[in-house]
Amino acid sequence: MIRQLAALGRSGLAFSARLGRANLLMLGMLAGVPAMLRRPRLLLEQLFSVGVLTVLIIAVSGVFVGMVLGLQGYYILSRFGAEATLGVMVAASLVRELGPVVTALLFAGRAGSALSAEIGLMKSTEQLSGLEMMAVNPQHRVLTPRLIAGILSMPLLAAMFSMLGVYGGWFVGVGLLGVDDGTYWAQMQSQIDWNEDILNGVIKSVVFGVVCTWIAIFQGYDCVPTSEGVSRATTRTVVHSSLAVLGLDFVLTALMFN
Amino acid sequence: MNHAAAPNDTLVRIRGLTFNRGSRVIFDGVDIDIPRGGVTAIMGPSGTGKTTLLKLIGGQLRPDAGTIEVDGLNVHELSTRELYELRMRMGMLFQTGALLTDLSVFDNVAYPLREHTRLNASMIRKLVLMKLEAVGLRGARRLMPGELSGGMARRVAMARAIALDPMMIMYDEPFTGQDPISMGVLVQLIRRLNDAAGVSSIVVSHDVQETLSIADLVYVISGGKVIESGAPDQLRSSEGASTRQFIGGLPDGPVPFHYPSAGLTADLFGDGA
Ligand SMILES: Nc1ncnc2c1ncn2[C@@H]1O[C@H](COP(=O)(O)OP(=O)(O)OP(=O)(O)O)[C@@H](O)[C@H]1O
Ligand SMILES: [Mg+2]
Repeated sequence: MIRQLAALGRSGLAFSARLGRANLLMLGMLAGVPAMLRRPRLLLEQLFSVGVLTVLIIAVSGVFVGMVLGLQGYYILSRFGAEATLGVMVAASLVRELGPVVTALLFAGRAGSALSAEIGLMKSTEQLSGLEMMAVNPQHRVLTPRLIAGILSMPLLAAMFSMLGVYGGWFVGVGLLGVDDGTYWAQMQSQIDWNEDILNGVIKSVVFGVVCTWIAIFQGYDCVPTSEGVSRATTRTVVHSSLAVLGLDFVLTALMFN
Repeated sequence: MNHAAAPNDTLVRIRGLTFNRGSRVIFDGVDIDIPRGGVTAIMGPSGTGKTTLLKLIGGQLRPDAGTIEVDGLNVHELSTRELYELRMRMGMLFQTGALLTDLSVFDNVAYPLREHTRLNASMIRKLVLMKLEAVGLRGARRLMPGELSGGMARRVAMARAIALDPMMIMYDEPFTGQDPISMGVLVQLIRRLNDAAGVSSIVVSHDVQETLSIADLVYVISGGKVIESGAPDQLRSSEGASTRQFIGGLPDGPVPFHYPSAGLTADLFGDGA
């Protein structure tokens, strides 16, 4: 009994310590932003490897999710004779929910795990220590550009996901099932609200961008510097990011609906 | 503990250094003086904490007790900025090389120059090629770290460590994985760098003969203590049983060196220090 309590206390302490380290790391990385702005190349390189390399999986998934939405939406809406609103349904579900959430989940799997593994390996091969001994702050030099790249990439990727999804829904609804082309777009234009739908979606994806990248970088930076430690960090990144995204999505949605 | 240099000639002064890893005591009240302008060797069996000592000197680890002064500055009381300024004057060759894997050999050596100087590209190129020439790898400058052998990677790391012409260079196992020829070249290189520019060098190594041949002062560490120190000749004629064993070319042989027990440590003390 006492032992179990002690174990509980210990894991609680370990958790708090980890949380503290994660926060310190965030502060450390933010302190590196001015230095990074003086070397935009570092950011560009990371935008490429974090953002651009994730485009393909996001694009393909976006199209398919949109096509499925088109099919399912048509199936339900046609029962009420409301096929004309198919465009609204597809666009709203993508922009408000699926775009940010699915993008974040895919991002955690593709870019987040890669970030953790890369940083973890740099740690275990002493590259980070090496930078420190060369009087280069590895947090500023290595981590900050990755964090900013992740935060910038996520909303753009989510926007792309939603856009391609809308085209996917259009292809199925208009192209295959015979919904009127003009209606599909016109309804969408008149019903989707800038603040209510689009802005809220963007806010979500920015939040997810911060959280997913932060988790990925922290797991890599805080890992046990061995092969096993790196592989565990990678797994934890995907698990923690996915849970955080789904949990935060509920919280944010509830807040936005008020 | 003879041979301690006069205070103002001491570049690194370590007093009462105590350091633990978890419940394991790595250092237990160690005093070391590293004289300015000489080659100081730190020797000792695998796992005694030689790498740890270098990291403590470089300010990457904090001691549990005791002080480390480098060039009159207490390393662990400096602000981050001051610590980084101090590190610019220190070069360190990591045991593992620690090259940046996404940069070529050339860019790795150029890294500290690009980071800390305002030299133009052609000047940096000349400097990098000179440093690479010194370690015999000018021809390998386009290779990536993944394409190097272990010994080559270490020599590149060495070129990087000396790129900024630091006042003090710490070499962690510079000779490991080198063939006899490059070993000889490296031994001479360390000595030459040391003498030419008034650099101070700390060499951590298991290679007894090579190390004794270039060192001015040797510290033998074992079981968290300095068990012997002095000039190479003094060590060669040392009466201490463990020192004799170590110098005699059995660095990884005898059990006492690998698993120092309390009784044995006391024993070693009686003989050595
Ligand atoms: N990150 C760490 N966490 C816990 N213990 C460590 C860590 N790094 C090193 N140690 C322990 O500290 C001791 C000293 O390690 P260190 O790397 O300084 O040895 P060393 O003298 O350089 O050995 P070698 O000659 O093999 O390089 C070792 O026994 C090791 O088990
Ligand atoms: Mg070592």
